[in-house]
Amino acid sequence: MSGNGVHTDPAALDELTEAARHERTEVGADGAVAGYQASRTLRLGVELRRQLRRRRTQLVLGFVVLLPFILVFAFEVGQSGSNRRSGGFVDLATASAPNFVVLALFVAGGFLLPTIVALFFGDTIASEASWSSLKYLLAIPVPRHRVLRQKAIASGLLSILALVLLPVVSLVVGLLWYGAGDAISPTGDAIPFGQSLLVIAVSTVFVVIQLAWVAALALLLSVSTDAPLGAVGGTVLVAILSQILDQITALGGLRDYLPTHYSTAWIDLIANDIDWTNIAAGVLSSIVYATVFVLLAARRFATKDITS
Amino acid sequence: MTLCEFSGNFTYGFPVPRIPFPRTRRGRLLTAGVVVVILAAAGAIWATSGRGPTPVASQDAVLDVPAAPGSPDQVRLDTTLYLPARTPAPALLLPHGFGADKTSVTSEAQELARRGFVVLTWSARGFGHSTGQIGLNDPNLEVADASRLIDFLAKRPEVRLDGPNDPRVGVVGASYGGALALLLAGQDKRVDAISPEITYNDLAQGLVPNAASATAPAATTPAVGAFAADGVFKRSWAGILFSAGASSGSGSGGLGTEAPEPGQQTDDSAQSGGGGGGAAAAPQGDSAPRQLPSTGSVCGRFTAEICQAYTELATTGRVTPATVALLRRLSPASVTNRISVPTLLVQGEADTLFGLDQSDATARQITAAGGKVQQIWYAGGHDGGGPGPQLRAKIGDWLWFHLTGEGADPVTGFAYDVQGSLRASGAPSVRILNAPDYPGVGGAATERKALALQGQSQTVVNPPGGVPAAVSGIPGLNGLAGSSRVSGLFGIDPPGESARFTTAPVDSQLLVSGSSTVRLRVAGTTPDAVLFVKLYDVSPDGTRALPGNAVAPIRVPLAGGAAEVTVTLAGIVRPIESGHALQVVVATTDQAYSTPISPAAYQISVDGGLSVPVIPGRAVGGGWPLGNLLAIIGVLVAALVVAVITAIRRRRAHRADPALATVPLVIEGLSKAYPGGVTAVRDLSFRVEPGQVLGLLGPNGAGKTTTLRMMMGLITPTAGQIRVFGHEIHPGAPVLSRIGSFVEGSGFLPHLSGELNLRLYWDATGRPAERAHFTEALEIAGLGSAVHRKVRTYSQGMRQRLAIAQAMLGLPELLVLDEPTNGLDPPQIHQMREVLQRYAATGRTVVVSSHLLAEVEQTCTHVVVMHRGQLVASGEVGDLAAAGGEATFRVDDTEAAATALRAVGGVSEVDIEGDLVHADLDGLPRADAVAALVRAGIKVEQAGPRRRLEDAFLRLVGEESK
Repeated sequence: MSGNGVHTDPAALDELTEAARHERTEVGADGAVAGYQASRTLRLGVELRRQLRRRRTQLVLGFVVLLPFILVFAFEVGQSGSNRRSGGFVDLATASAPNFVVLALFVAGGFLLPTIVALFFGDTIASEASWSSLKYLLAIPVPRHRVLRQKAIASGLLSILALVLLPVVSLVVGLLWYGAGDAISPTGDAIPFGQSLLVIAVSTVFVVIQLAWVAALALLLSVSTDAPLGAVGGTVLVAILSQILDQITALGGLRDYLPTHYSTAWIDLIANDIDWTNIAAGVLSSIVYATVFVLLAARRFATKDITS
Repeated sequence: MTLCEFSGNFTYGFPVPRIPFPRTRRGRLLTAGVVVVILAAAGAIWATSGRGPTPVASQDAVLDVPAAPGSPDQVRLDTTLYLPARTPAPALLLPHGFGADKTSVTSEAQELARRGFVVLTWSARGFGHSTGQIGLNDPNLEVADASRLIDFLAKRPEVRLDGPNDPRVGVVGASYGGALALLLAGQDKRVDAISPEITYNDLAQGLVPNAASATAPAATTPAVGAFAADGVFKRSWAGILFSAGASSGSGSGGLGTEAPEPGQQTDDSAQSGGGGGGAAAAPQGDSAPRQLPSTGSVCGRFTAEICQAYTELATTGRVTPATVALLRRLSPASVTNRISVPTLLVQGEADTLFGLDQSDATARQITAAGGKVQQIWYAGGHDGGGPGPQLRAKIGDWLWFHLTGEGADPVTGFAYDVQGSLRASGAPSVRILNAPDYPGVGGAATERKALALQGQSQTVVNPPGGVPAAVSGIPGLNGLAGSSRVSGLFGIDPPGESARFTTAPVDSQLLVSGSSTVRLRVAGTTPDAVLFVKLYDVSPDGTRALPGNAVAPIRVPLAGGAAEVTVTLAGIVRPIESGHALQVVVATTDQAYSTPISPAAYQISVDGGLSVPVIPGRAVGGGWPLGNLLAIIGVLVAALVVAVITAIRRRRAHRADPALATVPLVIEGLSKAYPGGVTAVRDLSFRVEPGQVLGLLGPNGAGKTTTLRMMMGLITPTAGQIRVFGHEIHPGAPVLSRIGSFVEGSGFLPHLSGELNLRLYWDATGRPAERAHFTEALEIAGLGSAVHRKVRTYSQGMRQRLAIAQAMLGLPELLVLDEPTNGLDPPQIHQMREVLQRYAATGRTVVVSSHLLAEVEQTCTHVVVMHRGQLVASGEVGDLAAAGGEATFRVDDTEAAATALRAVGGVSEVDIEGDLVHADLDGLPRADAVAALVRAGIKVEQAGPRRRLEDAFLRLVGEESK
């Protein structure tokens, strides 16, 4: 089978050598071939095109869109007194569209969203390494810090897309099924619909920032291993471990230093009188972890021998 | 989804995450530094998290005091003295709450000792291990005991003295202990400052309150109470307190919880424990089982006088003048006109036992007598918990200032907490408002807002037996729900038992701060009416909450069948959000109070509106978590600084050697040692000129691939350097753009087609598309229509050809190929040779590696032979493979053959190797040389060109196989 249609036409070789003979290479002062600029390598559009065509990306985004419909279906099947206005988040979910969004964010926040972020970021360098394509990118050359940065930005955009899609689709689904009512908090505070949209927007921004530590850890593991599954799985494991430790009340104040401790602090936003303390603490905690992990990742990748 | 694609020469891909261990000395130092910083931070956190506070020295002592003034009997008081690090220091008396003993204030005492005070705690008589009977802060008993304790302090060398037998001493305590502070300050002039917390002014009003008065009280202060006579018995609280004193065992302690504070985080672990005054354990059955208990044993450790008064109160529900007189004698109200020392009153906003009206009365009375009072309301109390760490620190600072005169007064004006909405995570949000003065005491009278009440005259019924009774909260347990705000939702008013009057919804937030007043008209047939007036916060959807679980009980004498009274509702601090309304509810029953059991009906109506006190204040701190925001900015700035510094360092001086500008490749002294002692390349040097096809020949593991990777900037050499067209190679060196490469594994994205892979690769270079020569490169790959298929469907040969095509994109001046013919079939190998040779013929340079000698011989013009990371031989293939005039003869007698060859004219460089003789024939045909040998009688077995390359290579392979 090897010969079947796979051969080089002698004429093609003539064409190539002809082209090569006529083309004189021009060179810049830094030794680069004319037309090469480090700042033009691996542009965001190129990286996004590389990623968006992956089945993985499409599946994740598709699932995020599907989730609100699954939730609505679950509520429709398990018919319990609709439009309740008291109880926990799950009881309140059918009260209005904003409450439905809150539920969707709440149920996804524990495991799904960190996993999605870990998937996008843990995959960055490790998957290129596993395809052996990383070395060709570096030999273009795309400077190493730029590879990391462009890939992190692309993964960040995809993560944000997923994290924004969830509340947006949930809101649309919620509007269709439950209408544009007030957002009701378990404490009985009622937030008007217009204001609740702002709350959802700010909550989404918080969730994005809060998951930065997951992204950074996944990035660090991604540059440390050639197995994408190791990077993604390792990150998810750390997130789960942090959640488990957060359940152990005996740890007391030490739990404040767990990266997932403030992961649901955005719920504080659903109040007439917003207390920003936990939200600020959550942002700080996540940014500190993310900064440390990103710096470690950048350092490790800059000095690493690429052997994949 | 394929996460792991194995392809090609997959040597290193080990699908297990490797822990990044720094390989360089600098890396280890940096890692060590990071670890040290993290450990230091963790240590600091540990130290500040209060788990390892500095120990405080303490001494236990049992002091004997007279059982009563002039009595020969003694009462033994169990005391503990806590000593600060520096003495002499001002002293503090720290009495405990009702139903507890000195151990309940241990942590607070240690905290104050750490602040610098000498702190004396003791179990009051009748509690803990102290003997004697409970006199409820009787001036002759408990208060006199405290004076003896001051005597004790005056003798201690650690305590600072004002004069002989006059220590510098303050008193701080909560509830029962707070009342002792006031009573002692009124009775013993040696006291220098007091801070009573959540305590009473008049115990009679605390236990038998009446909030109705015929004439409106002068409402200059915000939380003024009616304090009318003949009140309604607060039986739940009174019962809890009585049982705490009656049981001989030690009580469960004071306030189990802490009130929420601004900036406080949710900590569900702290939400355990009992609520207020300390519900005691069940009485211990230490009496003889066969003996009938005497009625006297119900009194427990109370004095007979107190026990009798309580019994009477609890059984009749009415208070007699004698009891009022007794309670009044035991109350701070009896001495407030004699208190002149600085006083800081701390009162709770969630307190159904001793409300804001109690501290309000104390403040008014002390001020009227010329004393100096400051006041703080906090979001706690007997229902909501004791003062939190911030408030305790503030009280400590205040005492320090007033006992030493150092620093500035930390309490300025009047501060009150506003407990905002409950956060979804559980804890309520709290903000502190600061007003210049406590209205009506320090400055102008309280500002009051009038709200119209809607509601017709309504009939309410007191059911026979007084049940079912309205529920406004559970005394002492209101805090258990996590917040009094939530417990406020539990209020139940049985139908028919309450009249409701509602205001219009407020259009902007109304901060109720103090006691609202309302004028009621009550008509009925009974001699007097017992009613409960409550103020609800009604949300737009109809949810009602009872702020602070607060109830104002009233007993209205209906002399002529009807009466008009002004009711001062219980003092609360509550933001009424816009859209919410206030509702005055007048109920006939309340579970927490003793209500008449005979049925009755009343006609209730309001006269005028609701007068709501507001205290304009300025929010202090708490609103925005500034510390966190600054820290966030700090972290981001630090990260930016690190990024900028590395970017500057990355722009290292560009090192180029102009003399080598036309030389495609120069390698000098190149070495690569991996951690663990493996040296892949050792001191390798060679040079490649334009137009050459250089073969890097060596067995597997010779270091060929490592060398090529170092040429691509993928691996950093441990020594030596690589220069491409004069520019030194380092990761990301721009000159790498002049190299096209294919090393170990094709590196395509499996989910894309071959063509798209190539196009995306070129797009990633950012170079102009017309420089790529896609068509030519794709034709070289010769994949035909397969180039539109996904790469995951390709055979290895197809990937290999596509990878070589990718390396040729942009027609690079230096083409580096690692084992390019691996996986190709013979015709394809033949084509590949031609491609490489003709490519080099255009003036470009090709470097290929191979472990096959024949491959190199047929493809390359030059060769470098490597073995075990070292250069073995190098030169032109022709030179090495079949050096011009050199020949090799296999003969039987090498010595003779050498001599014979040397004798032939022009033959030089004859040497012997085993049964071989090598010689440079210099143009002499080999046949003539053989003839000369044969003539000399030597048997020639074999004659041919000398193949030095093969020799070298075979020697290597031979060694390898040994």
